[in-house]
Amino acid sequence: MARETAIATKSFSGFSFLKGWAGVALHFTRRRPLGAAGALIIVIMLLAATLARLISPYDPLTTDYAAMLQAPSAAHWFGTDSFGRDVLSRIIYGARTALWVGFSSSFVGATLGAIIGVASAYFGGKVDLIVQRFMDLLLSFPLIVLALVVVAVLGTGTVNVILAIMVPMVPRCALVVRSSGLSLRQTPFIDAARALGFGHARIIFRHMLPNVMAPFLIMLTAFLGQAILLEASLSFLGLGVAEPTPAWGLMLKGAAVEFAETAPWMAVYPGLAISLSVFAFNLFGDSLRDALDPKLRVS
Amino acid sequence: MSRTQNSKLKTQNSAIVEVRGLKKYFPVFSGLFTQRVVGWVKAVDDVSFSIRRGETLGLVGESGCGKTTTGRCILQLERVTEGEILFEGQDLTRLGDAELRLLRRHMQIVFQDPYSSLNPRMTIGQIIGEPIWVHRLLRDRGECRDRVEELLTLVGLNPLMAQRYPHELSGGQRQRVGIARALALEARFVVCDEPVSALDVSIQAQIINLLEELQGRFSLTYLFIAHDLSVVRHISDRIVVMYLGRVAEIADRVELYESPLHPYTQALLSAVPVPDPAVEAQRERVVLKGEVPSPMNPPSGCVFHPRCPIAVEECGQIVPQLREIRPDHWVACSRV
Repeated sequence: MARETAIATKSFSGFSFLKGWAGVALHFTRRRPLGAAGALIIVIMLLAATLARLISPYDPLTTDYAAMLQAPSAAHWFGTDSFGRDVLSRIIYGARTALWVGFSSSFVGATLGAIIGVASAYFGGKVDLIVQRFMDLLLSFPLIVLALVVVAVLGTGTVNVILAIMVPMVPRCALVVRSSGLSLRQTPFIDAARALGFGHARIIFRHMLPNVMAPFLIMLTAFLGQAILLEASLSFLGLGVAEPTPAWGLMLKGAAVEFAETAPWMAVYPGLAISLSVFAFNLFGDSLRDALDPKLRVS
Repeated sequence: MSRTQNSKLKTQNSAIVEVRGLKKYFPVFSGLFTQRVVGWVKAVDDVSFSIRRGETLGLVGESGCGKTTTGRCILQLERVTEGEILFEGQDLTRLGDAELRLLRRHMQIVFQDPYSSLNPRMTIGQIIGEPIWVHRLLRDRGECRDRVEELLTLVGLNPLMAQRYPHELSGGQRQRVGIARALALEARFVVCDEPVSALDVSIQAQIINLLEELQGRFSLTYLFIAHDLSVVRHISDRIVVMYLGRVAEIADRVELYESPLHPYTQALLSAVPVPDPAVEAQRERVVLKGEVPSPMNPPSGCVFHPRCPIAVEECGQIVPQLREIRPDHWVACSRV
């Protein structure tokens, strides 16, 4: 009898878990249609990136000099570039670069920022003061300038670009997470953890970090759009991803400028891809912030 | 009297915690650019008392009188400004972080607010099991789970609750979890910081009974902080009355309620309404005049003198020391 109830509870909780997620998604769509539209575009991008091999009509790296600078047609929907490479295929593969750089840099950046912010709030006093002044120092540089410095020091390449984008993200997240951490530090369960004799690391990672999930997620999605834009900017400036890797910022560069009047599709479509993805991440990020943080809600 | 009884008596009377000259001042900052300390809030000012092994010491006083701060200082959740906290003879204020961490398993705390005292991201099982795991009391996951279930049963909860999250529980159930967590490390001394004041009256009685039952079972020592005088009267053996960061009176429960000596204690006790309307209408109440002064700028001499019905001029100059007026009955008033 007892076992039966246990199983019943288990299967019920499993079901309600699924139902909960679907319900949350449905509720989110109804309350925030713009955010849901952003989420839809993000999902399409994710699918394009993961299924690039299956859905792209051509190989993004194959040059075909017989088909140079062709206008959009049935064979090449978005036209071809000056090396005869299919623009649509390069945009689809470019989503991989954009998402990989965007996700990894903003995830690592936001995580590091969250850890620094929470630790700073937890220790307080002098540690907090010193850490915050250092973060202020980093914040005083514009995003792109700081990223340029990092690339200039480390050199180009995908991993270095990720690092370059990550560094300016850290202080922004640290600042926001610290403010949540400060109020969290006053809650009795943190006192309880101290009274139980837990170490600092355990309190920071097990007790404080999981409770700043909302600001962390908000910062993460807000960064994603910026990270993609920053990656495109760096690539455009020749300091990001190197040819021949398909990347949206790279596609805007070089020949695209030269042939801007005769073959505008070379620049228009990757430009649209960048705008649309940044727009989607910003829409989703804003809605997520409103949904997760009732205090910031403006009616 | 046999030898064992004798030694038992001796341990019962010996102090498990001794607070000597405890002071806790919080700085008050001012200034837009330069953060200057412009004053000190004297939350606790020269407080001394001892807690005997196995007893329940009640700590009462109105809000802001420093009773919670005293409790937090004893557990070293606040660094003390001055004074000594002796736990089983060891001065906690002089211990380093690592030494203190080892001692912490012997002294625990139950908080007032059952809602914010449990980590919302952890299951009940994790909350109670974590300290056992961290202090390596048990090394085996299965044993640890059994111990959590045992603790849950002990505080009157269903062992299946281990799977639940705090938000799925009621206030009373959460407070039981808080008690189970305090017991997980087999603590000898527990600070109960207003453990029932956030609960419904019916639940209050259950939690009080549970605390008493556990005390008998594990020979625990409690420091019971509260502002509800009837609750304190019920559970305490001895009572410390605090006013504006200072101790006003320390006495045995019966003694304190029957014949309070300090004028503040008298006023405090007379503020409790009597259930009988006839008696209530007739009895004479001591009503204090004025407000509680700011602990940032406490009155000179006896802190109670501006509101005291029996104060004389010299009360404004001399700080009264605790004096043993009757056996085990200490009062800080020069007029008694």
